[in-house]
Amino acid sequence: MSTTTTRDATRPAPAKVSKTKPRRGVRGTTFNFWLFTGPFLIGLLIFVYIPILWSAWLSFYEARYTVTPDKFVGFDNYEYMLTNGDFVRSLGTFSVFAAIVVPVTWALSLGLALMVHRLRFMKAFFRSVFFLPTAVSFVAASLIWKMSIFSGVRFGLMNTVLDWVGIENVAWLADPNPPWYWLVILTLRLWLQSGFYMILFLAALQNIPPSLYEAAAIDGAKPGWQTFWYITLPQLRATSTAVILLLLVAAYQAFDEFFNLLPKTTWGRPPLVELYYTALGDSQDYGAGSAGAMILTVLICTVTLLQGRFMGLGRGDENK
Amino acid sequence: MTTTTPEIEKTAPRADKPQRIKRGNVIGNTGLYIATGVAAFLFLVPFYLIVRNALSTDAEITGETWKFFPTDIQWGNVSELFSDNTVPYATSLWNSTVVGVAHTVGVLLVCSLAGYGLARIPYKHANKIFYLVLVTLMVPAAVTFVPSFVLVSSLGWVSSFRGLIIPGLFSGFTCFLFRQYFLGFPKELEEAARVDGLGYWGAYWRVVVPNSLNFFAAIATITFIQGWNAFLWPLVIGQDQEAWTVQVALSSYMTNQTVNFHLIFMATAISILPLVLVFLFLQRWLVQGVAQTGIKG
Repeated sequence: MSTTTTRDATRPAPAKVSKTKPRRGVRGTTFNFWLFTGPFLIGLLIFVYIPILWSAWLSFYEARYTVTPDKFVGFDNYEYMLTNGDFVRSLGTFSVFAAIVVPVTWALSLGLALMVHRLRFMKAFFRSVFFLPTAVSFVAASLIWKMSIFSGVRFGLMNTVLDWVGIENVAWLADPNPPWYWLVILTLRLWLQSGFYMILFLAALQNIPPSLYEAAAIDGAKPGWQTFWYITLPQLRATSTAVILLLLVAAYQAFDEFFNLLPKTTWGRPPLVELYYTALGDSQDYGAGSAGAMILTVLICTVTLLQGRFMGLGRGDENK
Repeated sequence: MTTTTPEIEKTAPRADKPQRIKRGNVIGNTGLYIATGVAAFLFLVPFYLIVRNALSTDAEITGETWKFFPTDIQWGNVSELFSDNTVPYATSLWNSTVVGVAHTVGVLLVCSLAGYGLARIPYKHANKIFYLVLVTLMVPAAVTFVPSFVLVSSLGWVSSFRGLIIPGLFSGFTCFLFRQYFLGFPKELEEAARVDGLGYWGAYWRVVVPNSLNFFAAIATITFIQGWNAFLWPLVIGQDQEAWTVQVALSSYMTNQTVNFHLIFMATAISILPLVLVFLFLQRWLVQGVAQTGIKG
């Protein structure tokens, strides 16, 4: 009661303030806007925009061991990157990688979420177990995978298990034929990532109104595949879109495990590893490296835009 | 709202109960628990391997027969790791701590201010500026490592804390998350503060931030995890051993010629211990944070 009366009493005062505010406040508002966003925008300019522009400039120069070159070579660096098989092959490696890892991680994280969601007891325990690998870095996981699980020697876990059933040792990472290294890389990524996306799916599952399932039951939908296909999956559409997008972005960034699991091999190199060796390897070719970075940036932006079109991303943003 | 939800919760289990006794459901539930249990077992195997190997001798790790647990727990591996001079492991732990904390504090400060400004302070070009931020989301940070390295090396920041920390502070994604969050922040609270005579700056620090601690904490945790686990940028910048972070140090073990399994796994165990503890203690709350921020992203 007392609060309403005091509020009434002060009402006229703020009204007067807000009447004068627009005139007096325009400069103040602009100042405040820059006060809040200025530091970030300056940083963005210096550490994001300038590097990209500088890199675009460098990509037209012959720049080995130097970042201030003077020999203009036009599109030679681009031609070199696109005709030299390594960079193109790395794009192929990435395509295979993304085509497998995105759908499989999506399916596994959704599967885990559905399982955990249905549990009646020990739910928090199992959720923790699946979420825990998110804490581990790609480097640490690569180490465990390379030195313990998929170690190519007899005492590696996989080879020990194979030995129990009478199968000979497999050189998991040392030999591209057959390409067992894909199994190593995929299981590592699945272990590290699915728990994180499972949480997103769990949150979405909890937001599906139970009345939908009740209505479906009345309409004769059998629990199991039918309700999953006609209710759960459509209700998870927004989350699925977000998860697939995040998975794709994560796949573009693939570097850590490839670099650590397959050091100095000529095969199994995704674009970032290829760029790393081009720009910072023995030849320190910043021109070619910059050209590669530019090509990759254009590719990623194109794919992101196309994907946004297809999957209706940003639909929610248009209302704002 | 508050009166209807308890009723639903009360009736729902009652309608459920007769079904649960059905034989099909019992079998289904057992199957569900077996499947979940098997999956959980597989997810825990790598953790078991780290601990087993970290506390064993090399002879036991590489032995002819598989040892499930070390016969003698080798706590001495810890001191052996820190006295080993070939890799500066202790220095790398310290570097990672400094970088992780500075990165988190810096990102929270810079990105939250910008997010608030973009969300709440009316300015005629605010939309255009927001597009400039959005555009950077399309270019993954990993692709810009070549250009960023070129810039940072010409500033002379290679192998320094400045080089490790500062370029990573301006995360378009985090700024975007903060903007989305502040758009949903109740306006009434700020208006009350304005009435009391606070400017934007005062209202932000005295009203908005104290009422958003949950969100700040969630972003802080996620940012710290990213900072601690980052590899590509520290690898590029940390050219001197003195500037290595934990991840770069771990990676160097993998490419070294001499392999001391017990030391490598002890180093791995110590590198993931802080984050595993954070995960176990902040579990429930971290899950909420991820669910909140992840979907909005």
